[in-house]
Amino acid sequence: MVEFTLPKNSVVQKGKFYSAPKGATRVKRVEVYRWDPDTDENPRIDCYDIDLDQCGEMVLDLILKIKDDIDSSLTFRRSCREGVCGSCSMNINGKNTLACIKAIADYKGRIKIYPLPHMDVVKDLVADMTHFYAQYASIKPWIETQTPPPADQERLQSVAERKQLDGLYECVLCACCSTSCPSYWWNSDKYLGPAVLLQAHRWLSDSRDEHTGERLDDLQDPFKLYRCHTIMNCTDTCPKGLNPAKAIAEIKKMLLVREEG
Amino acid sequence: MEQRRRPLSPHLQVYRLPLTAVVSMTHRMTGVLLAAGLMLFVVSLAVLQCGASSFESMQSVILQPLVSVAIWMMVYALFFHMCHGVRHLFWDAGEGYEKPLMNYYIILELFASVILTGISYLFVQLGS
Repeated sequence: MVEFTLPKNSVVQKGKFYSAPKGATRVKRVEVYRWDPDTDENPRIDCYDIDLDQCGEMVLDLILKIKDDIDSSLTFRRSCREGVCGSCSMNINGKNTLACIKAIADYKGRIKIYPLPHMDVVKDLVADMTHFYAQYASIKPWIETQTPPPADQERLQSVAERKQLDGLYECVLCACCSTSCPSYWWNSDKYLGPAVLLQAHRWLSDSRDEHTGERLDDLQDPFKLYRCHTIMNCTDTCPKGLNPAKAIAEIKKMLLVREEG
Repeated sequence: MEQRRRPLSPHLQVYRLPLTAVVSMTHRMTGVLLAAGLMLFVVSLAVLQCGASSFESMQSVILQPLVSVAIWMMVYALFFHMCHGVRHLFWDAGEGYEKPLMNYYIILELFASVILTGISYLFVQLGS
């Protein structure tokens, strides 16, 4: 449902300020969204002045610096620090991205860090991804077959068939695109969102998959697929440079072509 | 300890909407505006057919500078809505999704809608 304002318990308040260590010359001001489930307080924005000479190059390094040296209670997800695990997705200066592959130098002035938008917050920058993953599971992200596998070998693909998956298989399911999408904000209970639909297209495009018809049947739904209104936030924000909006258009096209026979 | 209801993370409050999203919203708003404008248009037609005196009073309303500015803004809204609609047709055909060209297409449709409004203005001026 469309709701432009935040619920009462989610309104963000002003938080604490941590000044830079004495003698720091290159100071960066960082504002971070904080929410502690163990208190009765609303979320707040804590402000940290960080000495860049004592910190790594990436935004993830900034947050690690805060956790290591200033406030160990700061909670966030991270793992690979090279943009392949998709854990450290968050909203940085108004745009969703992976903190580990975004350089601090890309941002002029202060850096504002929020969790992925319009998600239930578990703690600080950690959003509850349960529903997102359930939606992902619902599109059956694996090869479905009817024929028996060929004897003594795998199901092979030609180079051209493999090429069909380029621009799709690279998706790391960080949810940057889905949580940037206003349609997903208002209708995530029914609309699958750009990330899951890009994945759906990935399996529709796989030459080894034999359930294209069933997959399309599942997607032919006014909400699951057709809540996409080509707002384009998904393609604009994808940290891997993929194009979920185009993938969704391709699914719509497949449905149309099928109808025409 | 009983678990508290989780807060909803900020969305519109913090998201910096790209130009594509702004244009998409404007398309929605002009759609609503044009639907409302259509009703006004029908009302004005109904007034016109009531006879010479109501025709004259309608004319005096329409010729007011503010009203004519509003009318030309409606005309612009119509052409903008149309141009973005044409873009939707391309999108539905699976074309025009190139990420580096997104803003270029927006400039194109804004430019086209200004030109079309200009042409209709000239058309009306030459006709009267």
